[in-house]
Parts: sequence; C-alpha cells; structure tokens
Amino acid sequence: MHEEPSRRRDFLGLAAIWSSALAMGAAIAGMLRLPKPAVLPGPLRVFKLGDPAQFAVGSVTKLEAANLLLFRDEKGFHAISSVCTHLGCIVAHNEGEGFACPCHGSRYNEDGAVIAGPAPTGLPWLEISLSPDGQLEVNAESQVNRGTIFRA
Amino acid sequence: MTSAQEFLKNLKETPRNLRESMLRVGHAPETDRERSQSTFHNLFLHLQSVRTHRASLRFSYTFGLGLILTASFAVLTVTGILLMVYYKPSTDLAYQSLKDIHYVVPAGRFIRNIHRWAAHLMAAAVFLHMARVFYTGSYKHPREFNWLVGLALLVMTLGLSFTGYLLPWDQLAYWAITIGANIANSPREVTDALGITKWFDVGGFQKQLLLGANYVGQEALIRFYVLHVAVLPLAITAFMGIHFWRVRKDGGLSRDVTAPAVPAQIAGRDLNVFAPTKTYGLMAVVRGRTPVVGRAPEGSVPSWPHLLWAEMAALMFTVALTLVLGYFSDAPLKEMANPAIPENPAKAPWYFLGLQELVSYSAFMGGVGIPSIVLIGLGLIPYLDRDPRGVGKWFGGPEGRGVFWRSLLFGLLSVLALLTFTVNFGWLRSWFPQIPQLFIIALNPGTVIVAVYMAWSLWVLRRSQSVRMSAVALFTCFLAGFVVLTAMGSIFRGPNWHFYWWPSQWPVH
Repeated sequence: MHEEPSRRRDFLGLAAIWSSALAMGAAIAGMLRLPKPAVLPGPLRVFKLGDPAQFAVGSVTKLEAANLLLFRDEKGFHAISSVCTHLGCIVAHNEGEGFACPCHGSRYNEDGAVIAGPAPTGLPWLEISLSPDGQLEVNAESQVNRGTIFRA
Repeated sequence: MTSAQEFLKNLKETPRNLRESMLRVGHAPETDRERSQSTFHNLFLHLQSVRTHRASLRFSYTFGLGLILTASFAVLTVTGILLMVYYKPSTDLAYQSLKDIHYVVPAGRFIRNIHRWAAHLMAAAVFLHMARVFYTGSYKHPREFNWLVGLALLVMTLGLSFTGYLLPWDQLAYWAITIGANIANSPREVTDALGITKWFDVGGFQKQLLLGANYVGQEALIRFYVLHVAVLPLAITAFMGIHFWRVRKDGGLSRDVTAPAVPAQIAGRDLNVFAPTKTYGLMAVVRGRTPVVGRAPEGSVPSWPHLLWAEMAALMFTVALTLVLGYFSDAPLKEMANPAIPENPAKAPWYFLGLQELVSYSAFMGGVGIPSIVLIGLGLIPYLDRDPRGVGKWFGGPEGRGVFWRSLLFGLLSVLALLTFTVNFGWLRSWFPQIPQLFIIALNPGTVIVAVYMAWSLWVLRRSQSVRMSAVALFTCFLAGFVVLTAMGSIFRGPNWHFYWWPSQWPVH
C-alpha cells in the first residue's frame, strides 16, 4: 500500500542537510577570510630628502629607493612618482621629453600627464612638506593635484 | 616438521610469498581473463578500462597529448619535490638558493632545467590537447562536462606556471609578477573611470589577496610558494582524477561511431562479435553510454598490454625530451630582483606574451576582459553546439576542413593587418591625447580583433547554418590570433615595447 511521506521526517531531514551545509559554508567563509590581509605590511613610504637649499634651481633628483623624482624650478618643488600607472613598471625620465615606461610603451609629458600608450591615468604628484628639523619630506603614499608647487 | 623447520621454510619462501601477496595475480598475465584481472585488480591500472577501442590508440587521432600532459605533470612533481629540498622561499635567500641549486647542488642545474622544460612542454601540450579535443568534436554529448573540467585544468596549469615564475626572485621574476599582480588590480581601470572604486574595488581586493601587500615582497613570495607547491598541485591532481574518470564513464575516448566496425581482438585473434553478448547493468548507475553497451566488445583490444605500451611510450617521450632539452639548454637566472629598475623589456613566459601584447593596449581588457570572454566562450561551446554529428572525425569532415582553412587564413590576415596598422599608426590616444580612458578600454586593438572574429563566426553560421561550423570558425580565429599575438610579444617586441624585426636591432641601454 502506498504510504503518504511523513512531512515531519522530511522536514527534519531537510533541516539537518541545510544546517550542515550552512555550517560548512560559514566555516569555509571564515577560513577564506584568513588570506585577506588586515594589515598591509610595508616599509614607511615617507622620505626625508635633506635641506631644501641643496637642490639647485632647475635640478631633477631621482630617489631610487622611493621610486620618485624631485623637481626644483623657479617656482618651488614638486615630486612625481615614477611608478607607471599601467602595470607598475618604473618609468625613465628624459630631460625635456617627459617620462617613458619600458614595459608597454606608456609615455607621459614633463608634468606626468599621459600622452601615449596604455596608461589609464597620469603619474601621481606626491605631497611634499617640511619636517620639523627643516628637511624636505615626501610622502609617497599621499597624492596632490597636478600643478601643486611646494615653496620652501 | 618442527617449528624451527617451519620457521626456516617460511623464511625461505618469504620473497615469493611477498611478491604474490603484493601482486595478487603474481605472474605476467597470459590469457585475456588474466589481462583483465591484472587491470582491475590494480589500484593504478583500474583507472583505465579493461579493454580499449582500437580507434583510441591511433596516434594520429590523439597524438598522445593527454598522456604527455600526465607524464609531464609527473616529471614536474618529481623534479619539483627535489628542488624543494634546497629552495628557500624568502626574499633574502631565494635567489641565493637558486644560485646554489645551479652551481653547487649535485645535478641541481639539470633538475631545474628539466623542471622548467617540462613546464614549457606541459603548457604547450595543454593548448594542443584542447585544440585536438575541439577539432575532433570530442566535447559533444556526453562529454560536455569533461570539457569544462579540462578548461579548469588549463587555468590551473597556467596558474602553476605563473606562480612558479616568481620563485627564483630574479629581475625577470620580480617584474613579471609585478605586471601580473597589477593585471589583477586592473579592474580599477574601469572602476576608477566610473568613479566607484571607493565602494567597489575588485581590483584592489584581488591584488591584496595575491600579494598580501601593496607591492611584491616577502608576503607575495610565500603566497606564490604555497600556491605553487601545495594548493595548485593538489587541486590539479584532484581535477585530473575527475578528468580521467569522466573519460571512462563517458565511454572512453570519443570516436566515430558511424565508422565501419573493426574486429575485436580476443584471445590474441581478431574476432567479429556483433551481437551484444553482455550488458553492463551495474554501470547504469552512471548516466550515458558505457564503452560496450549495445555494441559488444567489437573493435577493442585488451588494455593490458596495448594501452600500457602507449602510456609507456608517452612517458618515455616526455622524459627523453625534457632530459635532452634540460641537458643542452639552461633555465635563465637574471640578476637579483631590484624594485628600482625594471627589466626592459620585462617579459612573461611565452604562453602569456599574447596576453601581454593585449595588455599593452589596455590593462583591463587585455588582462581580464578578453581572457574572461574567451574562457566563457570556450565553456559555452559544448552547450551551444548540440549537433551529435561529426564526433571523432577531424574537423567533423570535409566541410569543417574547408571552414578551418578559410578561418585560419582570415584569422591570420585580420590580426596581422590590425597589428601592422597599430605599429605604424598608433591607436586612439596617439591621435586624441585627451580621450577618456573608458573609450580606450572599450575600443582597442584587442576588442576590435575579438569583434572581427565574432563577426566572421556569425557570418559562417549564416552561410553554413551549422553551429558546429561557426564554432570551428571562431575557435580557429582565436587560435590564429593567439599564435600571432604570442609571436608578436615574444619575438617582435623590444625595449619600451617598441616593434623590432630582430632582437639584434634592440638599442643598447
């Protein structure tokens, strides 16, 4: 004789399956949380460059450890990052021609604006300040608008 | 018999008894029944069926590519474990340990060379294997899902190669991985252009997950190491298991079922067996056709020894090739990684250089967008092409052969024309420097060639009224594009990613 399925047993079975699935899912989600870093390790990206007076007007100083270039002109100082905005290679600076990336041919003008190649944005200008001991200080993590000149 | 005598007798017989207990059968099989038994009584051999169809053993059908893949993975596992003995995954020590492996460790250089050549072989074979499966229509019902498993294996193979690339911690490694990680970051190109990065930052998330930091450093090295030696090998082994199991359960290798029957070899003689003498009721647990249901064992030979010979040949070929290449050609090791000065040009391994060429138009489209489109397209093929005809025949017959050659010509010519244009005249930004980035993302040589190929495939669909022909056209076009772009990236791109006919023309810097 055909018997009606027991609704209660079905319910309990389904509840058991779904609660196990939920528990496993939550456990896996918890484990997958681990590889996403909560703190990004890295060296301090604030660089002291020394006394502002030591930079002659019209000079360009390349700071390899920070991947940035410090420009000194009549108006003051500005710092441009040399990390290509395309895929992170280090651009080369050619006086008067601007910047060129060796990896995929992005080119930027003297102000760091894109003029050719695949780079999505211009090279960022970095924040310059004067440290309490009177040295120029560039914060490579902090961007300023293009054209911002620091007067020391 | 005293107990001492019995002890001595047992001791004397132990080698024989050990052998018998280990092998279950105990001697080389002589009859078909024993051949079958030695197959299904052995954990490793029972992966394959007891009998194999003669068509599956034809070299010109498979070129042994699946076997070569398996064999090269085995070579990679063995040499990889040997390299792990000396390799130290630390930014301070990795490069030095590579130098040690190269100059000090006994056979270290040889083992590393073999590992590197086997990786190249595996990458080459995985593309060729996919092409073989595609062109013989082997993805069709009931093998659709195994095609997807194969795609997963393709991605994991490339992932293994990519993660292995960082480990030497030399200039090549460092800059290739910097580029790779920034490709993972490249969805930002779109989110930045739309101004939604603050709320929806997939790119940044992917990069952080991959590198564990904002730059390629110790965190990245240890992550890549774990992926390379544990996560991906385990995953790929599991998927290989599924892949092989499905090959068997889906009825063995695909073959032309309309071809005239060939006799089976039974007890060493060719016999025509037409009436189904046996049904495999138990196998009905698995959906789909089993090798012999309704067709008797016609056309088949015992897997032992015929399939074993084929497998042994593939293994020998792989080992011999990697040994010879590894003996004569050293794996490169450049200067130690220097985050201040990139390699110029910084190139990934050859199978990523097609992508790198695309990336030089738009990071997001070339590195994420187009690969995703291609993978999704490949995955959809068996679900869009449901026509059961033409399985087991190269290109599905003469019509497909024609479509293949025409599409190859079209694919080659159109990508060459586009590259010639781009190299000579530049692209949108060279003409309109102020153009918004979104335009370039949407319209660059990469997206143009994808659109051209899709249009060609639709035109073939209209003309031939066959989804299969249209799929052959699209696949062939993409294959042509992949080959040309890879050649472009590997051979014709020099410093600053400029075009050069020969590396000898590269400027000195």
